[in-house]
Amino acid sequence: MAEPTNGVEPGTTAAEEKIAVATQWQLMWWRFRKHRLAMIGALVLVIFYLMVLCADFLAYVDPNESEAQRSLMNPQPIHWFDDGAFKPYVNPLEGTRDPKTFKRVYVPDLNTKVPIQFLGHGFPYKLFGICPTDIHLIAVEGAEAEESLFLLGTDIQGRDLWSRLMYGTQTSLTIGLVSVAISLLLGIVLGGISGYFGGIWDTVIQRVIEILRSIPTIPLWMGLTAALPADWSVIQVYFAITIIISLIGWTELARVVRGRFLSLRQDDFVMAAELLGCSKPRVIFRHMVPSFISHIIAATTLAIPAMIISETSLSFLGLGLRPPAISWGVLLQDAQNIQALAISPWLLYPSIPVVIAVLAFNFMGDGLRDAADPYG
Amino acid sequence: MLAYIVRRFFLAILTIWAITVLAFIIIQLPPGDYVTSYVASMSASGSGVTEGEILALREQLGLDQPIYVQYIKWMGLIAQGNFGMAIEWGRPVRDVIGDRLALTIVISLAAIVFTWALALPIGIYSAVKRYSILDYIFTLIGFIGLAIPGFMLALVVMYVGFAYFGASAGGLFSPEFAEAPWSMDRVWDLIKHLPIPAIVLGLAGTAQMIRIMRSNLLDELRKPYVMTARARGLSETRVIMKYPVRVALNPFISTIGYLLPYVVSGSIIVSLVLSLPTVGPLLLKALIAQDVFLSGAIVLMLGVMTVIGTFISDLLLMWVDPRIRLGRQ
Repeated sequence: MAEPTNGVEPGTTAAEEKIAVATQWQLMWWRFRKHRLAMIGALVLVIFYLMVLCADFLAYVDPNESEAQRSLMNPQPIHWFDDGAFKPYVNPLEGTRDPKTFKRVYVPDLNTKVPIQFLGHGFPYKLFGICPTDIHLIAVEGAEAEESLFLLGTDIQGRDLWSRLMYGTQTSLTIGLVSVAISLLLGIVLGGISGYFGGIWDTVIQRVIEILRSIPTIPLWMGLTAALPADWSVIQVYFAITIIISLIGWTELARVVRGRFLSLRQDDFVMAAELLGCSKPRVIFRHMVPSFISHIIAATTLAIPAMIISETSLSFLGLGLRPPAISWGVLLQDAQNIQALAISPWLLYPSIPVVIAVLAFNFMGDGLRDAADPYG
Repeated sequence: MLAYIVRRFFLAILTIWAITVLAFIIIQLPPGDYVTSYVASMSASGSGVTEGEILALREQLGLDQPIYVQYIKWMGLIAQGNFGMAIEWGRPVRDVIGDRLALTIVISLAAIVFTWALALPIGIYSAVKRYSILDYIFTLIGFIGLAIPGFMLALVVMYVGFAYFGASAGGLFSPEFAEAPWSMDRVWDLIKHLPIPAIVLGLAGTAQMIRIMRSNLLDELRKPYVMTARARGLSETRVIMKYPVRVALNPFISTIGYLLPYVVSGSIIVSLVLSLPTVGPLLLKALIAQDVFLSGAIVLMLGVMTVIGTFISDLLLMWVDPRIRLGRQ
């Protein structure tokens, strides 16, 4: 029941005509738009991936710059108004040692105001990897951002958590995409063979899938990632992890593709195409694939959050990405020590984007799955 | 029916074989071999190893032979119940794993029982009272449960326990029972400590199960036979519990097969955060120290455990669902 609601009253002839001439993708878009949670999820993801593109711009200090003097600083509140006018500023934090516990404590210096500047100058970087610039969304006037701005506090080595979180988001969200791309390739090829040709191929591939799915994944991944040579570069480890994660991830996608092939193989239009003498690749790619591509997109979207959680878990254990790489899991490693966490609860902040991103992917995937079959 | 059992049985054997190969790959992957790391750890601890001992060890393990021979030898050792030595511990792998594997099974089972005990009634309620306030609340909790990885939940539980109650929420035994021999008191102590790990571990699965149960039952409730039953004047409880719930349970049972590897996987990380004496922390340590025989044995054991669990769930499904029992799928 795809009823367009954009300006045309449903039920009128104009609306019916509109449905009649609408392409499948238009129908799907109309259906998707009606799923409110899915739209919110999609919006959140757009924002997330904009953050991925502009991580350098959003960070205000170099994420790897450590300074023992600034270890475990607490998040600093922004004062938005100064004397009734909109003029955001922060109070610089001064580190002292508690004479009793010998713990480093930070007190705001209430007499000094460091004004915050939007689109100000900071550390140099290359926007989108090409344009060299030093403009950042947030900067401070008349001081070094490294010494005065700590929006989400710092970690044990005194690195700014906000800036690290921006880079971590970049890594974690792209690792999900790359892994899903590898899984998709494997899933489509193997699931397609299994579903279209059937017979012995189908049996073998289905058995392989069943075997892979009954193996507990984390111990397997742990074993494989622990064996990655310690001298590999960040990039090498990154791709090795995506491949290891996809090792199991493809099975679900293959199952979906196979199911679609099996049900479509019996459809009249496929038989018609075959009887007309179309070649096999033409039947598959021209006639069958377009009619289930939307289902594949939905299944792919639903597969991404699992990949993100996998990477986060592995890195959290110290077996995934390794410093100096930054990802959500690497950031959460600092929260492993419960004593440190009890004193500095902001170390747990990186878990918030994980939960939001996973939810957003799930909501959008649900909406896409409903929209994938606009005639249903 | 027999054919089905036989087929499943062979599939289980095949899976176990695949897992042995994977475990062997894990043992082989790190550079160097077992003996080099053994010698390194022995000389690090001050006790030297003579050339003769090295040679004997290599020969015993067959490390000078091609890789497939090594695999067969390793399999032969395992068949005799010999998993090799845990280098770091200086004891046979079997002794090191022993109790911990049993506790892993206990925790996984507790998590599954928790999942079922919660997901079944909530799923039925959500389907019958669709779009009620409680249904929305359960759906919301379900989504959140789905989005929070177990280890994160464990971290939060630990943090809350430590920061607000001043007590550790982790562990499986009170200190006085940690090293004690098994007794009724120790078992009781274990039971008292089980709920937190079971809830942390089971929450994500519960969320998924509620959704499955709800949608299965909704599909069933739409069917004409339900209307017939109602028209005939059956009580509402009977209308719902007698047939639709029974039918909706089938896919539910078949998912245990997938739930088990998932829970076992999850227990590894959750155990680390909650410091539970399961094989999880042991595996991580073994992997970092490249104690390959220990890590290989653990991966193998966990794999075999899940395969057996899956096999049992298949049998259970067959027992519940006559369509499978009678050979039609």
